[in-house]
Amino acid sequence: MSTVKLTVNGKAVAVDVEDRTLLVQLLRENLNLTGTHVGCDTSQCGACVVHMDGKAVKSCTMLAGQADGANVTTIEGIAKGDELHPMQAAFRDNHGLQCGYCTPGMIMSAIDIVHRHGGELDEATVRQELEGNICRCTGYHNIVKAVLDAAGRMKVSQAAE
Amino acid sequence: MGVEGIGARVVRKEDKRFITGKGRYVDDIKLLGMTHAHFIRSPHAHAKVKKIDSSAALKMPGVVAVLTGQEIVDDKVGNLICGWAITSKDGSPMKMGAWPAMAPETVRFVGQAVAVVIADTKNLARDASEAVVVDYEELPAVADVHAAIKAGAQQLHPEAPGNQVYDWVIGDEGAADAAFAKAANVVKLDVTNNRLAPNAMEPRAAIADYDAAEEHFTLYTTSQNPHVARLVLSAFYNIAPEHKLRVIAPDVGGGFGSKIFIYPEEMVALWASKKVGRPVKWTGDRTEAFLTDAHGRDHVTHAEMAFDANNKITGLKVKTYANFGAYMSLFSSSVPTYLYATLLSGQYNIPAIHAEVIGVYTNTTPVDAYRGAGRPEASYLIERLMETAARQLKVDPAALRRQNFITEFPHQTPVIMAYDVGDFNASLDAAMKAIDYAGFAARKAKAKTEGKLRGIGLSCYIEACGIAPSKAVGSLGAGVGLWESAEVRVNPVGTIEILTGSHSHGQGHETTFCQLVAERLGIPISQVSIVHGDTDKVQFGMGTYGSRSAAVGLTAILKAMEKMESKAKKIAAHALEASEGDIVIENGEFKVAGTDKAIALPMVALAAYTAHNLPDGMEPGLKESAFYDPTNFTFPAGAYICELEVDAGTGKTTFVNFVAADDFGRLINPMIVEGQVHGGLAQGIGQALLEHAIYDTNGQPVTASFMDYSMPRADDLPSFNLSHTTTLCPGNPLGIKGCGEAGAIGASAAVINAITDAIGKNNLEMPATPDRVWRTIHAA
Repeated sequence: MSTVKLTVNGKAVAVDVEDRTLLVQLLRENLNLTGTHVGCDTSQCGACVVHMDGKAVKSCTMLAGQADGANVTTIEGIAKGDELHPMQAAFRDNHGLQCGYCTPGMIMSAIDIVHRHGGELDEATVRQELEGNICRCTGYHNIVKAVLDAAGRMKVSQAAE
Repeated sequence: MGVEGIGARVVRKEDKRFITGKGRYVDDIKLLGMTHAHFIRSPHAHAKVKKIDSSAALKMPGVVAVLTGQEIVDDKVGNLICGWAITSKDGSPMKMGAWPAMAPETVRFVGQAVAVVIADTKNLARDASEAVVVDYEELPAVADVHAAIKAGAQQLHPEAPGNQVYDWVIGDEGAADAAFAKAANVVKLDVTNNRLAPNAMEPRAAIADYDAAEEHFTLYTTSQNPHVARLVLSAFYNIAPEHKLRVIAPDVGGGFGSKIFIYPEEMVALWASKKVGRPVKWTGDRTEAFLTDAHGRDHVTHAEMAFDANNKITGLKVKTYANFGAYMSLFSSSVPTYLYATLLSGQYNIPAIHAEVIGVYTNTTPVDAYRGAGRPEASYLIERLMETAARQLKVDPAALRRQNFITEFPHQTPVIMAYDVGDFNASLDAAMKAIDYAGFAARKAKAKTEGKLRGIGLSCYIEACGIAPSKAVGSLGAGVGLWESAEVRVNPVGTIEILTGSHSHGQGHETTFCQLVAERLGIPISQVSIVHGDTDKVQFGMGTYGSRSAAVGLTAILKAMEKMESKAKKIAAHALEASEGDIVIENGEFKVAGTDKAIALPMVALAAYTAHNLPDGMEPGLKESAFYDPTNFTFPAGAYICELEVDAGTGKTTFVNFVAADDFGRLINPMIVEGQVHGGLAQGIGQALLEHAIYDTNGQPVTASFMDYSMPRADDLPSFNLSHTTTLCPGNPLGIKGCGEAGAIGASAAVINAITDAIGKNNLEMPATPDRVWRTIHAA
């Protein structure tokens, strides 16, 4: 057992876990943050994507201990109170989700994509960048639309700030 | 149409919880004292289970129990059933081997459970499972239909000689033979419909909780049809009587058919929770999903189509071998028979059809309904045949289809189905216009100058949905009725709860079903909530599959609404001292037509519950229920056209355009309908280009993870170009046909027809991977 200390959605936590515990297990089982999902065992599907120190990571593919001292943001931590993150709003407005299972990972990956490209995105780039997130419901059509829409919204909200 | 009524593109009510991480899926649920199950699964495709030694595992920390197949048989938990009886051509019933929830003696596919470890945590259960020693005696295995039907092949079940479940026929063989004897041209085709893994993104999961004091079970499960699960678990598996078993299917992360069935893991979790006296949770991992979720498709077919000298189709003969895997899953028997061969007429006037379907056991994962279920196999076959015929007869493939379209309705096909309505020319027109079919030759020529092989492929599909008239399916062998039920509860403050037997696992029922209420009462959808997925709350239901939830489930809600409105009008008329016949409902008010006299819905509801001043003899309350049994199948149809380029040097396919023109009858929410089509197209294209659940000759699965099984990713697919044509379904009052499966049914033929057009070779199997396309291009 080890104590892992990290900040999750702005809150400092210290959790005693078995050394083999994965970050996703710590989030789901110890912190009850069940918005982060597990859809595969091979780092392929991206349902588990969270942000660690501002970068998208697959939380099923790292040990909780590797997040010691890190700042982790999950799907539960991106809205400001009742105000949705522009990416969340764009997924809703563009019908970018159906069953909702891949959605948290998609949104977390998509925010990272927009950040990395500085909002300069086109369809081909979005499709290529989403390679690590699998959705079985939407055929990606509306997810791609949502990401492009959100990229515009995030640019506007950044400019406003 | 109001802003939130029928036909409005309303954003989904359910989305807020999903986009904020507040969805509640089975694996998100924790119960006090909960244990965790880990299954011990056969690594062999076929073997005798000689001995299971769990003594070391039982001594490990946190281990509560190790339970085996023999124990579940000894406790008289029932074997898994197949719910649709099929009769072979010789009159004999289908031949089935027993399928216990865990194998006591013989395992017949890789992944079949032989025992389960129950422990305090998931990790401890997994650790202990490695200490359970299972002694197997390996047997030879048969992995595909060719191997299974060979003389002298290894037999799976003593009950099914020759590994044959049934040899079933439909249609008039004599009439078909006569048509072929007179044919001017005969077109022949051999096709394989590749086996697919459904891969809903949420792996299956179950939590069973036994209450010893009440002798009552609660099961949380990833189900598309919780009431059917309760019925089967009670009536056939001896878990508990229905009133002692509550089944809850909370948020479910996709199904596509694979979560219709009641699987061994749910049965074992329920049984084990009583045995260990604590709740038992099982959450599958992705490899378990590949090994144990019912697969789809897997047909091997030879077909011949007869034409007269004017290119009119005169006959069709089909022989299909359907691979069922090692056991007959819940609805498996109906898929290659009544859901497949009854659609072999396609959109065409075919006077004589004869089809023979031979169902075969193999040492592979069981096969059952997967999005489309039989109809994709039929559509793929017919549309490949039509394209092959056009090439052989040297006519335009669109023109050949038009020449043979059914244009008068109702139309009785020679294979049971009576198409009620449609306009196949309209959808083909729309698709051809959208893709600029007329300009294709010029585009192809231009692509050639750039060194690319460009092709175009059509697919004009029809499906039978909205399953189904109970009496009709009963006469064909179904073990259940396929009606739907609904209840409308108007609360005393005028808000409304709709309880439905349909189950939403991505389809957006919480929005579309509210839109019907908004349309009829003129109230905002925020005042309506949809309750589903809990057998303690909803009276009964048959669940969601076969594109039935709008055509059947929503019609049941409409019937209950009509009853409720009728009573509410009586209350309003009494309060307004008007005649009931003069009351109209507008904007949430009950009005006396042509006057300014009105009473708002909340006041009517309050009057119903205070019961201070109701019409004489009227019962208090405002709540009605209905059961609705459809009178016919519905027949969504459409035309898909795919234009693509093939790189002759690599065999890689690149989409240029994909258009879909669908006729789904009335659309409740076009945004949601489009989403359903997008998802279906992705699965159809996935089958055509990428997906294949492969076994080696020993029955070892080769594709049991996302590293090995090629799921469609965002950069494998194009954006889609959708449109709709409309003929209203006459079979239900809303005119709905259903839209959930169309994309998966129609897409794959369009893709393969386009590739074969591009490369100028007709024989190409799915998935058309770059390797396979390259080999086909360069084959002698």
